Amino acid sequence: MPFINFSKDEIQCKIVYYGAGFCGKTTNLQYIYNQTMEDIKGKMVSIDTKGDRTLFFDFLSLSLGKIRGFDIRVQLYTVPGQVHYDATRKLVLKGVDGVVFVADSLKVQRKKNIESLINLAKNLAEKGISIRSIPLVIQYNKRDLDGTDSEILPFDILEKDLNSMLKVPSFSASALKGNGVFETLREISKLVVKDVSRKIMLLDKQLR
Amino acid sequence: MNIVITDKDMKKINYCLNKMVSSSMAHSVLLIDRSGQLIAHHGNTPELDILSLSALTAANFGATAEIARILGEEEFTLLFHKGKNENVYFSAVGEHVILVTLFDDRTSLGLIRLQINKIIDELSSILFSIFEKGRVKLSDPFRPSS
Repeated sequence: MPFINFSKDEIQCKIVYYGAGFCGKTTNLQYIYNQTMEDIKGKMVSIDTKGDRTLFFDFLSLSLGKIRGFDIRVQLYTVPGQVHYDATRKLVLKGVDGVVFVADSLKVQRKKNIESLINLAKNLAEKGISIRSIPLVIQYNKRDLDGTDSEILPFDILEKDLNSMLKVPSFSASALKGNGVFETLREISKLVVKDVSRKIMLLDKQLR
Repeated sequence: MNIVITDKDMKKINYCLNKMVSSSMAHSVLLIDRSGQLIAHHGNTPELDILSLSALTAANFGATAEIARILGEEEFTLLFHKGKNENVYFSAVGEHVILVTLFDDRTSLGLIRLQINKIIDELSSILFSIFEKGRVKLSDPFRPSS
């Protein structure tokens, strides 16, 4: 649900990072926060437990510059990944404009990734949103573990598991080291802004 | 649903918020939607991180609504947090919006509640027309393609 404010020429959009527990959603936001300039970002807010697991959400506001004279501001949120926090995930998804699904490349997490994607589809459907129509990007995180003792799944297996039906843009990433983090953000921002721009153009036509 | 706020809508909202601040002696008021987006704010908040405050308020309200549901209530329509110097009063405005009033000991909770009750109907009707406009005119044709 983008907020289009003609009074301030500003558009606010909400992007949610979704995925199973410990897949790296918060790490994505932390990396973005640490690497962006002070004048375009707000404070990063985290509500987590003492064990550093997200309890409610993380929040970061970023200014993306101007499009068609409108200031674009995106609010980035993460959800808690653990299965039993489904009510919280539903709350965070309220008013979502775009989703980044963060998948854990570790082989042992294969089932959890699929369960989490199904959970996303279900929770979106409850809000009347189809997972096939909302701007969505998939990120395969922890690719830096390739070649270490931790066994990770090849890119094509992950694509087959998670993206064979959706066919959305997908990226290899290491949220810890930063590879792929901004590529993911850039793509989801592009999709969301494109979607909102289309809405503005149609709105313009309606108002004339 | 898209929320489109025109200049005219914003003037009406700001008029209400301005009236609220001057009549209640609260130092600031924020109007946010339940997904955490800031719609408008008025008052003296130069040091305040209002975007984070908006996100946290929406989350707080959502979590409290779940508590209400567990207790068999439909919703708690107001929340109040009292601090040593600062107090926050949250009130639901219709189905989609929350009014956040920040005040200190220069005024009283009673006056704040009285003034909120006075403006809430006016604000509700302005917001109702904004949200209805978003629902009726803009919902269906704008389903994004995959």
